[in-house]
Amino acid sequence: MPTLVVAGHGMVAHRLVEAVRAEDPSGNWHIVVLSEEPRPAYDRVALTSYVDTWDPASLALPGSDYAGDPHVDLRLGELAVSVDRDARTVTTASGAVVSYDALVLATGSRPFVPPVPGHDLAGCFVYRTIEDLDAIRAAAVDKPGRGRRSAVVIGGGLLGLEAAKALRDMGLSPHVVEMAPRLMPLQVDEGGGSLLRRLITSLDVTVHTGTSTDAIEADGSRLVARLGNGTELDVDLVVFSAGVRPRDDLARQSGLEVGPRGGVLTDASCRTSDPAVYAIGECAAVDGRVYGIVAPGYAMAEIVAAQLTGGSGEFPEPDTSTKLKLMGVDVASFGDAHAKTEGALEVAVNDAVAGTYKKLVVTDDGKTLLGGVLVGDATEYNTLRALVGRPLPAEPGAILAPAGGGAAVGVDALPDAAQICSCNAVSKGAITRAIHEDGCDTVPKLKACTRAGTACGSCVPLLGKLLSAAGVEQSKALCEHFPQSRAELFEIVQATRITTFSELIARYGSGSGCAICKPAVASILATLGNGHVLGGEQMTLQDTNDRYLANLQRNGTYSVVPRIPGGEITPEKLIVIGQVAQDFGLYTKITGGQRIDLFGATVDQLPLIWRRLVDAGFESGHAYGKALRTVKSCVGSTWCRYGVQDSVGLAIELELRYRGLRSPHKLKSAVSGCARECAEARSKDFGIIATENGWNLYVGGNGGTTPRHADLLVSDVDTATLIRTIDRFLMFYVRTADRLQRTAPWIEELDGGLDHLRAVIVDDSLGICEDLDAAMAKHVDNYADEWKGVLEDPEKLARFTSFVNAPGTPDPAISFRSEREQKVPVMLGVPEVRR
Amino acid sequence: MTTSIERTWTAVCAAEAVPEYAGVAALLDGGVQVAIFHLPGDRWYALSNWDPCSGAAVLSRGIVGDAGGVPVVASPVYKERFTLDGGQCLDAEDVSVPVYEVRVREGVVEVESP
Repeated sequence: MPTLVVAGHGMVAHRLVEAVRAEDPSGNWHIVVLSEEPRPAYDRVALTSYVDTWDPASLALPGSDYAGDPHVDLRLGELAVSVDRDARTVTTASGAVVSYDALVLATGSRPFVPPVPGHDLAGCFVYRTIEDLDAIRAAAVDKPGRGRRSAVVIGGGLLGLEAAKALRDMGLSPHVVEMAPRLMPLQVDEGGGSLLRRLITSLDVTVHTGTSTDAIEADGSRLVARLGNGTELDVDLVVFSAGVRPRDDLARQSGLEVGPRGGVLTDASCRTSDPAVYAIGECAAVDGRVYGIVAPGYAMAEIVAAQLTGGSGEFPEPDTSTKLKLMGVDVASFGDAHAKTEGALEVAVNDAVAGTYKKLVVTDDGKTLLGGVLVGDATEYNTLRALVGRPLPAEPGAILAPAGGGAAVGVDALPDAAQICSCNAVSKGAITRAIHEDGCDTVPKLKACTRAGTACGSCVPLLGKLLSAAGVEQSKALCEHFPQSRAELFEIVQATRITTFSELIARYGSGSGCAICKPAVASILATLGNGHVLGGEQMTLQDTNDRYLANLQRNGTYSVVPRIPGGEITPEKLIVIGQVAQDFGLYTKITGGQRIDLFGATVDQLPLIWRRLVDAGFESGHAYGKALRTVKSCVGSTWCRYGVQDSVGLAIELELRYRGLRSPHKLKSAVSGCARECAEARSKDFGIIATENGWNLYVGGNGGTTPRHADLLVSDVDTATLIRTIDRFLMFYVRTADRLQRTAPWIEELDGGLDHLRAVIVDDSLGICEDLDAAMAKHVDNYADEWKGVLEDPEKLARFTSFVNAPGTPDPAISFRSEREQKVPVMLGVPEVRR
Repeated sequence: MTTSIERTWTAVCAAEAVPEYAGVAALLDGGVQVAIFHLPGDRWYALSNWDPCSGAAVLSRGIVGDAGGVPVVASPVYKERFTLDGGQCLDAEDVSVPVYEVRVREGVVEVESP
C-alpha cells in the first residue's frame, strides 16, 4: 500500500487529508501526518476567539483527529526535520524515519520578528498558535501592576489588529505600531485607512502609524518600546505581528527549488521540482507567489488531493479578497484595491457621519469593475467581489450612493463564471446548474449539493438571491393552507388575539388544515397562553405525542418521562419510578438528558401511570413536546473539587423557569460548573458554563445529524443578567423562527447572525426587550403541569382509551418479548380484514 | 345492533363522543380495528386502524385535515396521508387501507361489521 506523508497539520493539511479520504474511501493511500503542534489541526483563522473561552476545543475542526480512521496515522508533536529525496524518507525530531511514495509539504509559515534590539527579551511574544496565546495570557496575568496593564503590538496589519483585539479582551490597553502610513496597508487605501484608524481608536486602541520600532528595552519588570518618531511606550508586554515568512526549511535542506521571495517553488499543480513532492498552503510558492490566507491554501489542498486520487487540477486565479469584522468594524477589500492596473480610476465615497468609506476601482472607461475597498459597512462585498472583471450594472457613483438612493447590484448582473463561494470555489454557473438540473430549490439543498456557503457562510444570502433570480419561489408559506410563515402567523395570532385554529384558518388561510399547520398553530396558541394543550378544539390540532402527552414508539405504545430538574433526584423518588415501572411492566432506560424513560405504556395505562407519578410529586417532562426538554448539569461546586459555581442549582432554576414553554422545535440546555464542561453545555440550544466571575452563555448548539457547538453570546454575567438574557433569547426565538427550525439555523438565517441577535436582546436595538421580558414573565406565572390538568378533568381523561367501544381493553395488536430481562416490542403482521 | 338487508352494523359510540376533526378506534368482532373520523357537516368516515407504513394500529390517532380539498388523515408514526373516502395513501405508491361504511342512527355511530 503506498504511503502519503503530510509534513505539517494546519488547516490546509487537514483539508488535504479530508479531500484524499473523501476521494479514496477504500484507503488505497496509507496517510501519515507529522504535526509539530501537540494538538490536531484547529481553526487558526478564528484564533482570536480563543480569548473568549480559553478552551482549545472551541477552535477544533470537525474530524481533525481522524479518530477511528485506520487509514490515517496522525502523529502529534512529531516535527519533520529532514527529507531524503533519494531514499524517499522523512526524518522527525524524535529520530523516526518514515518512508513515502508521495510527500506533501504543508508546514505553513512562521511569524516574522524584525531584528530590533531587545526583540528577544522576556515579555516579547508572537501571535500564531494556541500556545502563543496561552503564553501571552500567562504573562499578562503574571504581572499584577498598578493600574491598567498595557501592551504594544508591532504591526498594524490584519493580524496585528486581531492581536490588539485579543489583548483588549484580556483587559490590557493595547497600542498598535505600523510602519506604513495607515493600518492594514495591504488591504485598505488611504481613505479607508483613516476611517479605520478613527473607528479602531474609538475602541480604546492607541494607533501609531508611519513610524518604525527602534528598540525594546527592559525597565524593571516592564518594557519600553522606543519608536522611530521619538515616542516611548511603557508597556507590560510586546507582541510582534509584522507578517509571516514561509517555512521552506525542508525544501532548502533537501535541495528543492524555492521561490524568489522564499517558499517551496511549485508549478500551477502544486508540484515541486521533485515530482513525488508537493507543497500547499502558506509554505508554497505557486508559480513563485506565496499566499498568506486560507482560501487559496484550501484550493491547493483540493488540487493535490485530486492528483493523488487519479484526477488533475491547476491552481485557479487566486482570490485574495478579504472581509472581516474587527472589533465590530467591517473591513473588506477585493480585486485591485490599490488601483495598480494601468489607467484605473477610483471612485470613492467617504461618509464621516455614517462612519463608512467605500471605494470602487474601475477601468478608464468607468465600465468594468477592477476592485474596491469597503470600511464600516461591507454589506455589498459579496456581490461586488463577484463582479470583479465584469461590466458594472450602473454608474460607479450610483452604486456607491448611500442606501436607498443607490442602484443595488443584483445577482442578475453576475456572469456565470463569477465566484459566489470563494472558500470552496463555487461559481454562479455551478449554482444555477444545481438549481435547474439537480432540482435544488432551497438554500440547504444548494449547500449540500454544491458545498457553497458551507465554510465561512458569508455567501449564504447570495444563494437565496440566486434561487429567487432563477424563478424558484422561496416560499415562506407554512403549508398549502397558510400562505404565511410561522413567524407571520405568530404575529397575527398575537395581534388579533385569535384563540382558535378554526378562526385563524377561516380568516387567514384556506381549507381545513393538515398535519403541518395544525401542530404549528397549536404551538403558537400554547406559547401565547391559551389554557391546557388538550382544551377544546386544541386536542384535535396536536400531534399524537402532544395529544397523549407521551412519546409514540414504533409499535403504537408510548413512553413516559417524568421531569427530573437538573438531573437531581432523591432516592425516594427514584424508588417510585422503579415501582411504577415494575407495576406496569415498562422497559426502563436512562436518557441522555439525565432522566428516566419508561417504555411500552398503552394509551389506557397513561393516566394510571401518571396518577401514581403526580401523587409522588412528579410532573410532565415534556419529552413529547416541541418545548424545553431538560437542563442537564454537572455536579458543580457543591461536590466537585474543580467546580467554581453551583451548576445544579442554576440548572434546576432554569428548568423550572422554562418548563412547558412551547417552541418551534425542541429546546435543550445544560449548565457546567467550570471550564471542564462536563455537562456538554456547548452542544445545547442554550448552554451555560461557570466562570470565576459568573457565567458564560452560549447559544445555538445541537447534536443530531449536523452537530454544532454553541457560540458565546455574553460572558462573565451574574445570574440575574444571565436569566434575563436567556428569557429574551428564548422569546425572540419562539416568535421568529420557522416551524421545526432549531436555534442554530435560526441564528444563521438572522440577517446579521449572532451580532444581530446580541444587538436585539442585549442592547435592545429593536426596542422589544420589555415586551419579551413581559411575555416570559407571563409564561412563568401561568405554568401548570399538563398531566395534573388531565387527571383533574374527566372529559380529557375519557380520551385516553384504546377503543371507544371497549375502554380498558388493550390493543390486541401489541405484543412483547423479553430481551436482557426487559420487555421489548414484537411487530405483528397485517390484521386480516375483509370487505 | 341493527340489521339491514346487505350489511350488519356494529354500534360503536355516541356521536357526541367524537369531536369534529377527531378520530377514535373501535374494536370489532375478530379483533378487527377500525378508525372512525368525524368532519364538520356531519360527515363520517371509517378506515382500517392499521397503518401499513409502520405496522402499528394507530391511524385513529392521526391528524385529520385536507390535501387539496380532499379529506385525509396523516399517520402519527411517519406522517403518510390516507384519503378518508378511499383509503388511498398519497405518500406511498400502491398502498391503501380498507374503507368501512359508517353511519349515525339516533345519535349512535355504527360501522359496517366485517
